[in-house]
Amino acid sequence: MIWAIALALGIVIAAGTYLALSRDLLRCLIGLVLLGNGINLLLFTSGRLSSSLPPVIGADEMVLGVAANPLPQALVLTAIVISFALLCFSLVLALRIIQLAGSDDLTRLRAAEPTSQDAVKPALEEES
Amino acid sequence: MILTLLPLLVPLATALLCALARSMPRLQRGISAGGALVLLLCALALLHQVLTHGTMTLIAGNWPLPFGIVFAADLFGAALVLLAALMLCVALLWQASDADAAPASPGLYPLMHGLVAGSAAAFLTADLFNLYIWFEVTLICALGLLVQGGALRQLDAALKYFVLNLFGTLLLLAAVALLHGATGQLNFTALGEAAARLDPAVRLLLFGLLLLALLIKSAAFPLFAWLPASYHTLPAPVLALFSALLTKIGICVLLRSFTGLFAPTPVLLLTLLGWIALFSMLTGVLGAAYHWDLRRILAFHTISQIGYILLAIALASPAGNAAAIFFALHHSVVKAGLFLVAGLICRQAGHYDLRRIGGLYAARPGLAVLFLLLALALVGIPPFTGFWGKYLIVRESFVQGEYLWGATALTVGFLTLYSMAKIWLQAFWKPHPDKNWQPSVVPRTTPAYVGLGLLVLVTLWAGLLPERLLLFVTSAAAALPGGGP
Repeated sequence: MIWAIALALGIVIAAGTYLALSRDLLRCLIGLVLLGNGINLLLFTSGRLSSSLPPVIGADEMVLGVAANPLPQALVLTAIVISFALLCFSLVLALRIIQLAGSDDLTRLRAAEPTSQDAVKPALEEES
Repeated sequence: MILTLLPLLVPLATALLCALARSMPRLQRGISAGGALVLLLCALALLHQVLTHGTMTLIAGNWPLPFGIVFAADLFGAALVLLAALMLCVALLWQASDADAAPASPGLYPLMHGLVAGSAAAFLTADLFNLYIWFEVTLICALGLLVQGGALRQLDAALKYFVLNLFGTLLLLAAVALLHGATGQLNFTALGEAAARLDPAVRLLLFGLLLLALLIKSAAFPLFAWLPASYHTLPAPVLALFSALLTKIGICVLLRSFTGLFAPTPVLLLTLLGWIALFSMLTGVLGAAYHWDLRRILAFHTISQIGYILLAIALASPAGNAAAIFFALHHSVVKAGLFLVAGLICRQAGHYDLRRIGGLYAARPGLAVLFLLLALALVGIPPFTGFWGKYLIVRESFVQGEYLWGATALTVGFLTLYSMAKIWLQAFWKPHPDKNWQPSVVPRTTPAYVGLGLLVLVTLWAGLLPERLLLFVTSAAAALPGGGP
């Protein structure tokens, strides 16, 4: 089981990294989302894949028997919520950029850092 | 003990109230100013408590260690929190002026308070996963502040900031997951003890990953691209807040982990950090030499100054840690002050680009003096704070026999002087390129000058009477986990 999860993790993270390096804005964001989900999975498995039973001490028991580790589940839940919020923000940001710039090509998106015509000096920006 | 949590609860509550009062700008401004003052008082009280009673810890829910989530305010953390509160007050004061203040928007004040809450909590937390949460809180607030205005160049800057910083945060989360998987702990102290028993190769790998994530956050060579890509699109007060807080979170955690969590620190990581510091100092200062936009020059100098702090951390001795703390505090105040001066220069002369402005020495001699004081402090001319900071770092590197690192730090000081002289010559001494130029009449600059004057006074006080601050940073370095005898 742990090997299957490790393999899945490797594939998801590799795919995420590949897409995040893309010049297409939306692909880049999807890559980051995949990367984030891969790492969430990593966080989940950090508590080991021992059991799927809930960690509840029964009415007639004194100690917890075989059960899943609840801590990584709590951690990964937090991380999922945060990454979802950031995903929503990034999609709105991307949409607005595509509307304003008229392109989703990241290599042509140089509004904050315009390319200079001068060989030695940076470009002169009109707005201050 | 609740005092430890107040620097986090006060700005969070203020942010919430400000968000609720978004349709009433006057009320929102009032709440925001009140919240900032309360935060300043709390930060002062916290520092006073830590000075008298030593490190204050708060364990959420009184759970026994290592199960409870711990907040620990040591001297360094408390000083950084005070600095954050001071910078927030200065930035809000600046908002009352017309000197490149951020455009009024309902989201501005909640986000500024949220940013301070996130950074203050990151300075105080002693739990690795909690640290990740506060990194995300600062990230989302910083993003919100970056897109205020909604022009394409701002959105472009926000996108680059977002992608690179999110990558750093994800690396941090991966490091957290792997460290937790290897040791079963998240609390800094327990994690450090458990990690010391790990196989050296595994330790090196895990700490290397954590170091990489923190270096992205502190904008070190070669991972600094997000900083010069985004800082120059921000209005002056927000920029001052960013420069005083954001990179310092990475530095603060780095210093704590190198003294406590990683101990005994793998030598390979220390050497690596030293070389990264060297290249950060060089690339930052060379990038600044290329640029002509005031904000871009100062943003690149931030990278160079981060290099100094990293060098001090890489020296891994009590004196080195004290130097790092001194330099971090000095840099926060001085660099924020310089960004604010840049805002005033732009407002008076009409542009941030040095090729389009000039003649300010004749028109605004007071501003020229303020700039000169801060610029000399940044370069490291005695008796200003930069001198003491660089003296401590260079002396410690020579004592340890790292002559190349020390010599580079000295050389970079000269190159910093070049950039500051460029600003001085171009913005102040050279006549304005437009013959008919008159300095713009800015209606309200008094709050801006008061805020700036406050920062200059802090720098002057620390520079002219350095004994107290030197004693403070020495005891702060000793109070770091595993930091001294």
